[in-house]
Amino acid sequence: MARKFTPKVVTANDLLDGDVIYLTATNEWSRDHADAQLIEDEALAEERLAHAAGDFARLVGPYLADAVAGENGPEPVHFREAFRTRGPSNYNHGKQAEA
Amino acid sequence: MYKYNEFDEAFVRERNRQFANQVERRIDGTLTEEEFRPLRLMNGLYLQLHAYMLRVAIPYGTLDSAKMRQLAMIADKFDKGYGHFTTRQNIQYNWPKLPEVPAILDALADVEMHALQTSGNTIRNVTSDHFAGAAADEIADPRPVAELLRQWSTDHPEFQFLGRKFKFAVGASEHDRAVLRAHDVAVQIVKNDAGETGYKIFVGGGLGRTPMIGKVLTDFLPAKDLLPYCEAILTVYNTLGRRDNKYKARIKITVHENGIDEYRRLVDEQFALIRPTFSGVDQEMLKEIEGHFPAPTYINAPLDAYDAAYEADPVFRAWADTNLSAHKNDNYAIATISIKAHGETPGDATSEQMRVMADLAEEYAHNELRISHEQNVILPHVHKSNLPAIHARLKEHGLATANFGLISDIIACPGMDYCALATARSIPVAQEIALRFDELKLEHEIGELKLKISGCINACGHHHVGHIGILGLDRAGVENYQITLGGDGSENAAVGERAGPGFAYDELVPAIERLIKGYLEVREDASETFIQAYRRLGSAPFKAALYPDATKKNAA
Repeated sequence: MARKFTPKVVTANDLLDGDVIYLTATNEWSRDHADAQLIEDEALAEERLAHAAGDFARLVGPYLADAVAGENGPEPVHFREAFRTRGPSNYNHGKQAEA
Repeated sequence: MYKYNEFDEAFVRERNRQFANQVERRIDGTLTEEEFRPLRLMNGLYLQLHAYMLRVAIPYGTLDSAKMRQLAMIADKFDKGYGHFTTRQNIQYNWPKLPEVPAILDALADVEMHALQTSGNTIRNVTSDHFAGAAADEIADPRPVAELLRQWSTDHPEFQFLGRKFKFAVGASEHDRAVLRAHDVAVQIVKNDAGETGYKIFVGGGLGRTPMIGKVLTDFLPAKDLLPYCEAILTVYNTLGRRDNKYKARIKITVHENGIDEYRRLVDEQFALIRPTFSGVDQEMLKEIEGHFPAPTYINAPLDAYDAAYEADPVFRAWADTNLSAHKNDNYAIATISIKAHGETPGDATSEQMRVMADLAEEYAHNELRISHEQNVILPHVHKSNLPAIHARLKEHGLATANFGLISDIIACPGMDYCALATARSIPVAQEIALRFDELKLEHEIGELKLKISGCINACGHHHVGHIGILGLDRAGVENYQITLGGDGSENAAVGERAGPGFAYDELVPAIERLIKGYLEVREDASETFIQAYRRLGSAPFKAALYPDATKKNAA
């Protein structure tokens, strides 16, 4: 039996300020994880990642991160991705400060 | 302090101009990230979890007030009002924006600073003893040698594409304050039996995933041979070192796999070839550099103010007893300013604190500052009569914590709060340990203790050489912390041993508390430090304190 695919989002960092960004279903880049397109199919994930890579003039280092459907949109699975949605824990800087 | 000559000035400005152009081409889409990445790394610009990070070199940890004020200005104008001092005597800005980085580099160049070779597979910022020029026990000021090595290694055409990064450190006393034996190459200034000054050379030390203590390549290298000898070491590494596997590419592996004797033979062979090509101009340059590092013009003043404050003020006394070190001039002290206030981020200073320290250096301390690899700031030359005034000012700015060398004087890497390589957080762990021991009011009773935390196996937090080391890992998607015991970064260098299974985030501070209470029970008396007790007793009583349940099970 084929391994079950873990849903993904495409994420990267913004070229100019380095902030974490997510690819939406409408080919926008959002700074909010909840806006990301939750991709439930492996082939589509690769396709979306390739699309992101083509956008190199405005982002750095796109990759696929595990995610799960939540109440308000996709939520991160791993703690690293959860930190990326907030910012550092020692200061109120980054996304958490803008919320 | 070294002053740029025309060549240095023109070189740094030209590099900045080139990088500004590269940034422009990245932003307009001419360069891909793949093309741009090595260029930005050559200029110290990383991309971390939440933003870019600019790592600025503070060569051998030496600053004056003008440089420190400029670092503060950059923190305010281009970042979020603070900077992070690192174990490599660098300062890191965590929130620069790419289009502004060229302006930051220009602002650095205005005070003769740069971010060159703070990343990439090159020779990195040359570090040194943070008490250099002031320590009572040094043979000579190690900084001129460090500066010579910096000049030789900056943009050296043969060493811009090494197999891996390469770190030099320079010291000048038997007591090692610069972690010499954890460097790829370390130079210790020594005297031989004839009273001549030369160098003891260590090679192949390093932390990271394969920690190794540096081995002695030569006990005594004549002073005039330093650069050709270092060049021979690098050339042998550059040709012999492995490039098939990133994790086997550091010189420690090359030395380990070939053996120190074979490595020495190859270096000697190479040295014989290149020695004649050094005309001696390097020695003339060293002479000139030495002229940039004069001893301070010491003042003569009565010590009454110091004695009176020491007698009358217990808070000053605690700070003086803890944070002052012996200066080569008896009427002077070396003052360590702790940037490890309990609960704060180790190594971070706000722009306001930077300016206060700059002011204090200018007003009271011969305009000199140092950054230590232990992430503190040093006033290396303070006449004792000025200490009460300095302490009073430090207190007003959260800089008077009396914890130098104690359990809350923790080295911590940025960990997963910032770093893209990290597998777990370091900073909150350090904050919680410091707060807990402050609450227990135990740290002065515990005495000297080096606790070091890394948020991944790369060991930027030097955990391997901590008396207590903590390594943060990702275990099945959860932060988990391994404890190592018995490490030592001094002249008695040792790599700590793993104590046993790791601890969950919430279990870690109680585990450290049990460990310390266990130590207090088994030490002979208050004069036996943690590391001494560990060496005398071995790991068993410490493991028993860490894992009480396992001990009970074994006893049952």
